[in-house]
Parts: sequence; C-alpha cells; structure tokens
Amino acid sequence: MAGTLAEKVWDAHLVRRGSDGAPDLLYIDLHLIHEVTSPQAFEGLRLAGRTVRRPDLTIATEDHNTPTLDIDQPIADLTSRTQIDTLRNNAAEFGIRIHSLGDADQGIVHQVGPQLGLTMPGLTVVCGDSHTSTHGAFGGLAFGIGTSEVEHVMATQTLPLAPFKTMAITVNGELPPGATSKDIILAIIAKIGTGGGQGFVLEYRGDAIRRLSMEARMTICNMSIEAGARAGMIAPDETTFEYLKGRPHAPEGADWDAAVEYWKTLRSDDDATFDEEVVLEAADLEPYVTWGTNPGQGLPLSANVPVPEEIADENDRVTAENAIRYMGLTPGAPLRDIAIDTVFIGSCTNGRIEDLRSVAKVVRGKKKADSLRVLVVPASARVRLQAEAEGLDQIFLDFGAEWRNAGCSMCLGMNPDQLAPGERSASTSNRNFEGRQGKGGRTHLVSPLVAAATALRGTLSSLADLDLPDDVDITSFDGSPLAPLDPAVTLQV
Amino acid sequence: MEKFTTHTGVGVPLRRSNVDTDQIIPAVYLKRVTRTGFEDALFAAWRGDESFVLNQPAYSSGTVLVAGPDFGTGSSREHAVWALKDYGFRVVLASRFADIFRGNSGKQGLLAGQVAQEDIELLWKVLENRPGTQVTVDLEQRTATADDVTVRFHVDDYTRWRLMEGLDDIGLTLQHEDDITAFESSRASWRPKTLPAKHLPPVDIEAARPV
Ligand code: SF4
Repeated sequence: MAGTLAEKVWDAHLVRRGSDGAPDLLYIDLHLIHEVTSPQAFEGLRLAGRTVRRPDLTIATEDHNTPTLDIDQPIADLTSRTQIDTLRNNAAEFGIRIHSLGDADQGIVHQVGPQLGLTMPGLTVVCGDSHTSTHGAFGGLAFGIGTSEVEHVMATQTLPLAPFKTMAITVNGELPPGATSKDIILAIIAKIGTGGGQGFVLEYRGDAIRRLSMEARMTICNMSIEAGARAGMIAPDETTFEYLKGRPHAPEGADWDAAVEYWKTLRSDDDATFDEEVVLEAADLEPYVTWGTNPGQGLPLSANVPVPEEIADENDRVTAENAIRYMGLTPGAPLRDIAIDTVFIGSCTNGRIEDLRSVAKVVRGKKKADSLRVLVVPASARVRLQAEAEGLDQIFLDFGAEWRNAGCSMCLGMNPDQLAPGERSASTSNRNFEGRQGKGGRTHLVSPLVAAATALRGTLSSLADLDLPDDVDITSFDGSPLAPLDPAVTLQV
Repeated sequence: MEKFTTHTGVGVPLRRSNVDTDQIIPAVYLKRVTRTGFEDALFAAWRGDESFVLNQPAYSSGTVLVAGPDFGTGSSREHAVWALKDYGFRVVLASRFADIFRGNSGKQGLLAGQVAQEDIELLWKVLENRPGTQVTVDLEQRTATADDVTVRFHVDDYTRWRLMEGLDDIGLTLQHEDDITAFESSRASWRPKTLPAKHLPPVDIEAARPV
C-alpha cells in the first residue's frame, strides 16, 4: 500500500501494534535530555527502582539555564545551578553521556544532535522539549514529550503513541531575495493558525523546500509545533546526506552505503494520500514579522498592525485586542515603524552557523543603531568556535553587538538574558508568548536577515530598507560542515 | 495513580482562549527539581491581579477548570499539569487542547475533557451567574453537570480506561518486554549510538566575550 514518509518511519519502529484502542508501541532510536524536563523523570526511575534501559541511545546536554557570560564561574542563580548539578549527578549515576558547560558540544539540544551526526533520516527522536520537531528536517519522526514520557523512554526505550494524521505542505517555486525559511514557516503558521496542525504530522515538500540547506530546513521543522503539529518532516535527499557525511556519529563504510540505500526509500509514495494538503507559492512570500502574542499572529513586514474592529470573528477580535494591548501597539500603524530595544539572534530556530553568517554579511563594517542592544548567541559551543574561526565574532563586536556563549538564552529567559518589563525585542527565536523573554517583555519574531536590518535601522526592517552593495549575496551559503568535528574538544575558559 | 470515576468540585470559568503553558506556569518555575509543590506557580502572572478568577473567594477552591479553546498550547512542560494538580484541579474542560498537554494530563491523572464550544459557553454562564457552583464530572458516562446543565465531553477510550483503572504507563509497557528485546535484536547497525563517544585531542579556545 502506498504510504507517506511519516507512516513509513512509524511502521519501521513498531514494537507492537495496539489493539482495542490501545496505542501502538514504538521503538525510540535517540533520546535527548536536558536539565529542565529530566530531573523528575530520573526521580521517578529511582522511586520505582528502575534503570535507563539504553544509555547508549541517550545523550544529555545543558542548555535552557546556562549563563552566556562568565561560564567559567559557578552559576550565580541557585535554582539554575541546582538543575544543572542534578543533571550532572543523574548522568553520572545512570551512565549517560553528557556535554556540560565548557564542552565543545554543549549547546541547545536540537543543535547538538545534528552536529554530532546523531540525528539521521528514518529515526524516531524524542526529547522533553517541544522543539524536538527540528530533527524531522532529516526525515525522521521527531517530537517533544512530557516528563513522564521521558521517564517512560528511559525505562523502556519505547513510547505508546496514538496515531496521527498527515498534512502535506507544499511550497512551490523560489523564494524572493531577502526572504528565508523563517518567513516560509511564519507564513505557514499565519495561514493555518496555531491550532491548524493539531493532531498532524506535517510533511514539507516542493521546490522551495528542496532548495533549502539542511539548517534552513531545520528552522522550518523547528516551528511545526507552533502550528500545533505533532511533528514536521522533510524527506531526505542529497542535501541531507551531504550534511551528515563525515560527522562523528554518521555511519561509515558499508554501514554508510546501507544507510543511504535505505534513506533513499524514505519519501512519500507518489500515490500516498494525506489527510490534508496546503499549498504555498514561495514567490509570494516576503519577510514576515509577528505583531501579536502567538506565532500565528504574523504579517508581511510591509503590512500594518491589525485593526481589531475589522476582525469579524469575536474570539479572534478579543485575542487581537489583548495582544495589541500587551504589545503596546497602535492599530493600523505600519509594522515598519515599530522601534525595537533589543535584537536577539540565537535559539534552536536561528542560532546556527548559516544564520550567523547571513547576519554577518549584512552588518559587516557597519554600526548598529544607538537605540538598541544586540545579542548574538550561538546555538552550541561548536557553532561559536566555527564562527570565531571565520571571524564572525569580530564582525559582530565591531558592529556593537554582544557575542555570547551558547545556550537557549533570551529565547525563554531562564538565565539572566531577559527583556525588562515593556522592553521590545526583534527575536529570531520561535515564541512570542506574553512574558516569554522576560516578565512584561514584548517579542516580535523575525528571520535573521530582518533581525540584522532592524539592528541597523532601529525599527523593524528588511533588507529592502538597506542600501546593500550588490555583491552581498544573502541567499547563498556555502553550507560547509562545522569543523573541527571533534566531540571531545574542551573549551578553555 | 489514583483511580478516577466521578468527581465533584467547584467549577472555575476561565474565559480565555489560547492559554499556553507559559501562562499556566511561567518558565521561571521550571527550575525546580521536585515533582510536587507547584501550586503557587499556577497562573502566576495572573494571580497578582485581584480580579483574576482564582483570586475570587467563590472560585479559589476550584477543582474543575472550564477554559476557552486551544488550552495548553506551547511548550511541552509537564509542570503545567503538575501545577494544575497541585493547586487542586482534577478536570479541565475545553473545546480544544494542545496534543502534548492532553497527553501529559492523561498520564498524570488529570482529566482533559473536550467539550463543544457552545457547551463551554453554557457552563460559563452557570458558573459566572452562580459563583461557587459545583460541577460533577462522570467519566463513565463522559458527562459534566453544573446545576441544570449537563454536557457531554470527549476523552479517548484508552485514556479513559487508564484513568478509571489508575494504571501506570511504564508498568503496562514492561508487560511487553519480550517484544522490545526482539525488536532491538533486529535493528540495523547504522543506527546511531551515543556511546562510546569518539575522542580526539582537545583544542584551546578562549571564552566568548561581550562588547
Ligand atoms: S532555544 Fe528556545 S525553543 Fe529552542 S530549546 Fe531552547 S528554549 Fe526551547
């Protein structure tokens, strides 16, 4: 029978088919762990006298709480330190590999898996973090789970899972200059809504997706969850194989050949049926920004803040009114006039080397607007090292930005990197919820290119607002793998 | 896990849609490493506002939350469920839930019942007109009753069975340990392993610096 990519991966992991309404039991290939959602799972294991079944399919890193300054000092915030210490102790007790602060492979968990070559096509990947959908960019089923599921995977290396529906999202054509994969996904969420993907696994396809680099694909899959979806995925192709080849944990020799042969079968059959289909034309897209307090409240940068009175649906109108009030905006005012206090470049959505390169290309040799601060936070220590090897750090410093150590940072403000009440950010992260980046903080989600242009001008801007010399090609990246590919490199701090 | 058949308690009308998990429990509370004691964190940002529904004496001892659509969106934090449970809630009713939140609820013995939006409006009316009204939730019948209003809610059969039996997930799965072992023996050799990690010589790199 013809199948979708998601169904193929699902079927390949079936330990036991559920009957009488019981869910299927699926095998989990890779379990990623971080300090926030794991302590209670370990506590649960201990209480029940259980162990981790497969430490060799499990890996831990520290990201949500880690400071981005003074990483050689003890962590000042006591609770943050407790969580991190707890993770380190648990990893030692249960024999789990951990990449701690100061290690080259410390960083946001969704960067660590791919950069080590642990994330591959056809895998089931889980993590106690909703943005686990990122890993679906490689053509596996990857999704966020809650802490009791974390405990379940630790104890059994499986998960009971209810079936999902499938949605094909086809993005045809070619992106116009200045628009990026971030704009694709913001446009998709604005179109289908924050609940539109609920119960679905989204498969992104079409020319525009095929043209994207691995990292750009990760940005799209990363935000699938913001459309409410269970997961997002993209069928693997040469771009995927190219990215993986030579990474520390990528298969080698005969294993590589066998893997690639299998990976090539991982695509939805031509006659496979999806429960829903959505089509977008990439050529119609422009840089998107969010104006409200959920990621579905996004518009092209050239638009104006919505006028609630013009919204017919009552719930939508009230939601828009609340959002506009919280965000301190004027209905009908051009989005381009919104002045920004902080530009945050980072997170598992857009904190990778290509993102940093694209920003550096725009801001090289320039000075940021005086009215704002700019924070650049690489997704992992290794991304940081790569950027420094390429001299990007110096470009950012000359520009007037702060260059930080790796972690989630201002994406959720669990460490000291937060917005002050009322402060407004243009952020390359994925969530603009009330208070997400600090109590009372206001977030506009943007692409790295919009972040860069905004940092130059002080108000929400795109490349079209800048006088860029023609030789600045912001659409092409060399996409070279991160070097050195060395999991044991330790940072000297 | 405690068995759940019926429950009666004060209903709390939460007239908001898209209540995401950051609203249910702000990120700053996620730093704790325990499994209990999150009652103070529930809706923390709103609890400072006197007019917030849980700050009104009639509702403060509520155990049945009646919320707007798309409840529990956003981050997968299970703390959202712990906070609701630690506060005393046993049931949340809404017309739509985020998948992960719904999954987390079922595992923790919090009933997330899906109710048509018109029926949510009916419940809101009763609970707002007569603050402190008790709601009786019958999992067997899948009904919720407040005064003269009875509405049906949806919960999938499996979750319902588990809630009614008070069954723990891991124990259920470990009944099939032979199947898991058999599956493991047939996995392809190219599938990644995190251990042993590959070791290469260290390099010296300075720490990143702010301006
Ligand atoms: S960067 Fe943000 S979204 Fe990504 S894992 Fe960290 S907190 Fe979550």
